[in-house]
Amino acid sequence: MMHFLLLFSRQGKLRLQKWFTPVPEREKKKIVRDMTTMVLGRKPRSCNFLHWKDLKIVYKKYASLYFCCGLDAEENELLALEVLHRYVELLDKYFGNVCELDIIFNFEKAYFILDEFLLGGEVQETSKQVLSRSIEASDMLQEAEIDNSDYDLELGWP
Amino acid sequence: MALKIVKGSIDRMFDKNLQDLVRGIRNHKEDEAKYISTCIDEIKQELKQDNIAVKSNAVCKLTYLQMLGYDVSWAAFNIVEVMSSSKFTYKRIGYLAASQCFHESTDVIMLTTNQIRKDLSSPNQYDTGVALTGLSCFVTPDLARDLANDIMTLMSHTKPYIRKKAVLIMYKVFLKYPESLRPAFPRMKEKLEDPDPGVQSAAVNVICELARRNPKNYLSLAPLFFKLMTSSTNNWVLIKIIKLFGALTPLEPRLGKKLIEPLTNLIHSRILLCLSSVAVLISLSSGMPNHSASIQGLCIVPRPLSVLSLFIVKYLGLLAMSKILKTHPKSVQSHKDLILQCLDDKDESIRLRALDLLYGMVSKKNLMEIVKKLMLHVDKAEGTTYRDELLTKIIDICSQSNYQYITNFEWYISILVELTRLEGTRHGHLIASQMLDVAIRVKAIRAFAVAQMATLLDNAHLLTGNTQHNGICEVLYAAAWICGEFSEHLEDPMATLEAMLRPKVATLPGHIQAVYVQNAAKLFSTVLRGQEGAPADSKVAQETSQLLIDRLPVFVQSANLEVQERASCILQLVKYIQKLQQKDVEVAEEVTALFAGELNPVAPKAQKKVPVPEGLDLDAWINEPPSGSESEDEGRKTKTKGKAVFAKEESRHTKPRYTEVDEKELAKRREVRKAEQANNPFYIKASPSSQKVYQEAVGVEHIPVVQIDLSVPLKVPGMPMSDQYVKQEEERREKNKADRKKKDKKKRREKGRQRRGDSGPESEEDITPAHMVDIVTEEMPENALPSDDDDKDPNDPHKVCDIQGNLHDGSQVVVSVIFENKCDSFIKSMEFNVMDSLNSKLQRPEGAGPHDSLTVPFQLPPGISNEARFIFSMQSIVMPQKLKGTLTFIVKVSWSCSPQRWLITTMCHLASTRRGRTKVGKMNLESGHVLLIWTRKSKRLRWYYRWREEREIQRWKYPWRI
Repeated sequence: MMHFLLLFSRQGKLRLQKWFTPVPEREKKKIVRDMTTMVLGRKPRSCNFLHWKDLKIVYKKYASLYFCCGLDAEENELLALEVLHRYVELLDKYFGNVCELDIIFNFEKAYFILDEFLLGGEVQETSKQVLSRSIEASDMLQEAEIDNSDYDLELGWP
Repeated sequence: MALKIVKGSIDRMFDKNLQDLVRGIRNHKEDEAKYISTCIDEIKQELKQDNIAVKSNAVCKLTYLQMLGYDVSWAAFNIVEVMSSSKFTYKRIGYLAASQCFHESTDVIMLTTNQIRKDLSSPNQYDTGVALTGLSCFVTPDLARDLANDIMTLMSHTKPYIRKKAVLIMYKVFLKYPESLRPAFPRMKEKLEDPDPGVQSAAVNVICELARRNPKNYLSLAPLFFKLMTSSTNNWVLIKIIKLFGALTPLEPRLGKKLIEPLTNLIHSRILLCLSSVAVLISLSSGMPNHSASIQGLCIVPRPLSVLSLFIVKYLGLLAMSKILKTHPKSVQSHKDLILQCLDDKDESIRLRALDLLYGMVSKKNLMEIVKKLMLHVDKAEGTTYRDELLTKIIDICSQSNYQYITNFEWYISILVELTRLEGTRHGHLIASQMLDVAIRVKAIRAFAVAQMATLLDNAHLLTGNTQHNGICEVLYAAAWICGEFSEHLEDPMATLEAMLRPKVATLPGHIQAVYVQNAAKLFSTVLRGQEGAPADSKVAQETSQLLIDRLPVFVQSANLEVQERASCILQLVKYIQKLQQKDVEVAEEVTALFAGELNPVAPKAQKKVPVPEGLDLDAWINEPPSGSESEDEGRKTKTKGKAVFAKEESRHTKPRYTEVDEKELAKRREVRKAEQANNPFYIKASPSSQKVYQEAVGVEHIPVVQIDLSVPLKVPGMPMSDQYVKQEEERREKNKADRKKKDKKKRREKGRQRRGDSGPESEEDITPAHMVDIVTEEMPENALPSDDDDKDPNDPHKVCDIQGNLHDGSQVVVSVIFENKCDSFIKSMEFNVMDSLNSKLQRPEGAGPHDSLTVPFQLPPGISNEARFIFSMQSIVMPQKLKGTLTFIVKVSWSCSPQRWLITTMCHLASTRRGRTKVGKMNLESGHVLLIWTRKSKRLRWYYRWREEREIQRWKYPWRI
C-alpha cells in the first residue's frame, strides 16, 4: 500500500501532497522535510529507490518536478514507478503537455485526477481511457452547475 | 434576503480566487508570511458569509495554504459546511479540503456521518464517488462502524465506477472496524470475478493486502487466484497475484509445485523484468531446492546484474540476491566480487543493499578480506550516516553468531582499535561493548587486549580531542574496565594507573569517570601486589598511594554522584592503606581480596531460566494481607476522620509487626534454609561440572599459540595494523596447507589406496583458528529448564525435533545433551559412538580406533537428569553431511538379573546452515521404548524411556539434526 505521494520542485517547494493514511500534522511536516532533503540530495544517475525507516521510498524526476511516494516494505518498487508514470501521463493528457505551473495553479484538479487514479493507497483503475472518461464526466457536471448558478445569480434568487 | 445574496455575489467579484492567491504568494517572495496572514484574515471574513460559492472559494484557498504548511484546523467546521452543499462543484472542494485537513482527532468528523451517508446514497454517481474518495482519507473507527453497511451495499452497485471505489475503501473500513470483515468477505470474494476489470483488480488489491497481514485465512482462495493468474492479461493485477502467492506458498508447500509451470511461462513470455524478478522471489520463497523455476530464476537475476550497468537493475538484482541468500547461500557467494564492486558504487542505496548482502556472505575464509575492504570504505566515506552504517555493519559481520567466523581475535581487536579513530561517530558504545565482550569471553586474547587498551588509555587525548563529538570516548569506558579487571596482564600497571588519573579525565562524561576511578583502585591493588614482594620496593608502593591521594580529590569534587561516591570511598581506603604502609604492614593481599574472583558474562535469559524450587508458590502471600473487610473498614475510618495524620499513625503501628522476629529465630531459619538448599537438586550451587573434564578427553587439536608482541604501537606508520594480521593469516594458511599436503602425501604412500581424492579447494572447515580460542559461553543457571516457552508453538509437531548444534570454531561441532532417566530403573554404561563417514573423518584421541566409543561420564539413577557435552572435531570434511552415531546403555532392572543393552541409533547432521525438519509426529511409538525429543530452543536432547513387557533389545533409527 502506498502511504503518501508528494510532488515537490527542485527547490524543495511542495506542490502536492496526498496522505493515504492518517498522519498527524507535525509528523507530516517532518516526513516532507526528510523526503525533500533525501531525494534532492541524490546524485544524478542513481537508482530511484531509498529506504527510510520501514518504508520504501520511490521517486522519479519529471522535468523540474520530483514525484515521490512511500510504500510498504513488501511492495514492488517497479510497480510504484509505473504508478508515478501513469499519473504523469494522466496529468499530461488532462492539461496537454503539463508543466509545473499547471499543477500550481490548478492544484485542485491535480488532486481530483489523483483521486480517480488512486484510492486509499491502492490503484483504483488502470485503464487510461476509463480514467479520463470519468474525469471528464465530473468536470462536465461541474461546468453545467456553474452555468446554472450564474443564471441563478443573475436572477438574484437562490 | 435577495439583497444579501446579490451583495454576496458582488463581493465575490472582488474576492481573490485561488489563482490570485497563488500569484500573490509568488509576487510577495520577501514578505510571504505577512502576505499570507492578510490572506487568512480575508478568508476568515469570506467564511462568515452565507454565500456557499464564497465559502467554497475560501476553503479551496485554505487547502492550498494547508499544503504550504499553515494550520487551518480552525476552519474544520466551514469545511463541513461546504461538504454538505448540494452542488457537486462545492461538494468536491469540501471533500478535498476534508481529505487533506481532517485526521482522526478532528472532532467535527462526528458531524459528517449523516452527510456522508446521504452522499453515498445519492443518485448521482459522482457525488457518491467524491464521498468515497474523501472518506478513504479520514475514516475513523466510528465512521467505519456507522457506514460499513452502506459501503457494503455499494459494493454491488450497478455502476462499476462506484463498485471499485467501494471495494477499495472496504479495506480501510476493515482496518478501522475489524468486525466488518466477516460479513463483508463473501461479497469481496464475489468481486474477484466481477465482469469489470477495474473492480476485479480492486478486489485483488484488497485481498492481497489482507492476506499479507494474515495469509493463513486466505489459503482457501488459492484456486481462484490461480485461475485469475492464468487467465488475466492485466500486468498490474498479475504482479499483485504473484505477490499474494509469495505470502501463501510458505504455508502450503504443494502450491509451490503447482506454480512452477505458470511462473516459468510468465518469465519466458514477458520481458517485463519487474514481473520476472517478482516471480523469482516467490518461487524461491516456496523453499523447494532444485526445482526448475528457482534455478532459472537464479540465472535471470544475476545476468542483468553483471551485463547491464543500469542502476535500477543493479539495485533490484541485489535485492533479489538478498532473498536468494536465505535459501541458496552458495549461489550468491559465487558473485562475491560483483557485490564487492557494488560497494564502490556512487549510489548510496546500492551500497547499502550490497552491505546487507555481505552480512550473509562472510565465511572464515573471506572475513578478513571483506572487512579490509570495508575499512578502506570507512576511510574514504563521506557523510557520517553512511560511515556509521559501515561501522555497525563491520561489527555485525564480525560478531555474528557468536564470533563464528573470526579465526584471529587479535586481528579483531586491532580492527576495533582502528575504528576508534573514526571521528564523530555515534557508535562508540557499540565498539566499547564489543571490546568488553571479546575481552571477557575470549580468555586467550586478554593479554593482547589489555596491552591495546593500555595504549588507548595512554592516548586518550586523541580520542577526546574535539569534545563536541564525544561518542567515541565511550571506548575509554571499555578500555579502563579491561585494563582494571585484567590488570595482571599489564606490562606496566604503574604507567596505566598514571594515565587513568590524569586531570584531563575529569572532562569525560560521568559514567566513564566512575569506571576510571573504580578501575584505578583495581590497578592500585595490582601495583601493590607486584611491589610488596620485594622489601626494597616498599617505597614505590607508598609513592603509588601518594599518587592516588594526590589525584583522587579531583574526582571527589565531581558533579556526578557516582564518581563522587566511588572516589571518596576509595580515597579513604587509600589513606588508610597509606597509614598501614607507614607502619610497614603488608597490605597487598587484603587489597587484592577486594577485587578477587572472576566476573563471568551472564546470559540475558539466565534469570528467567532459574527453575522455581518445588513447593515455592510465588503467588502466595508471605504475610497475609489484612482481610478485605478490615481494610475497607480502615478506609472508612480514615475517611470519616478525614486526616492523613491518622493514617500515618496506623502505619507506624502495623509495620513493626511484620519485622518483629528476633535474631535467634532468624539464625535458625537461615540454618534450615541452608540445609534445604543443600538437599535441593534444583538450587544453584557453585560446584564444578563434570563435563568440562570430559571435554578435554576428546582430544582437541592443540595449535601452538602465536607469540604476541606486546610492544605493538597503536599505529605502524604507512600500514594499518590489521593488515599485518591479514598477511600473517595468509602465511599461516599457506603453511597449514603445505603441512596438510605433506601429510596427505605421507598417508597416500602409507596406505596405498586412498579413497579421498585430493583435498580440493580449501574448504570452510579446513581453516584452523590461529589460537586455541575458548569462547566462554554465557553463564546459565545450572539447572536451567530446557523449556522453550519463547517462541515454540506447542501444537507444532515438527518443532520438537529440530536440533541445532553449535558449529564451534570451524572444525568443531558441540552438542549438549541432557539425559533424563524417566524410568524406575538404574541406567549405566552409556556409550556414544559416532562413525566416520565416506567424506568425513573425525579426530580421535590417540590410540583409539574408529570403533571405540566415548563413555558418558555418569550414570543415571531413576528420575535424575544430567548433561553431557560432546565436542566433535573434524579432521577433514568435504561437504555437509549426516553422521551416524549410536548410543548404547545398560538398564538394570530389579526383577531381571541380566543387564539389558539398548541401542539407539542417531544421526547427526553436520551442516549448521541447512535447515530441515524431521517428522517426529509420525514416529511410531510402538516400535521402541525410547523416545528422543529434541527441543529446538534449548538445543538439548532429552530422552524419555518407556518400559514395556518385552525384554528384547529394541532398536530404531532416529535422525536428528545438528
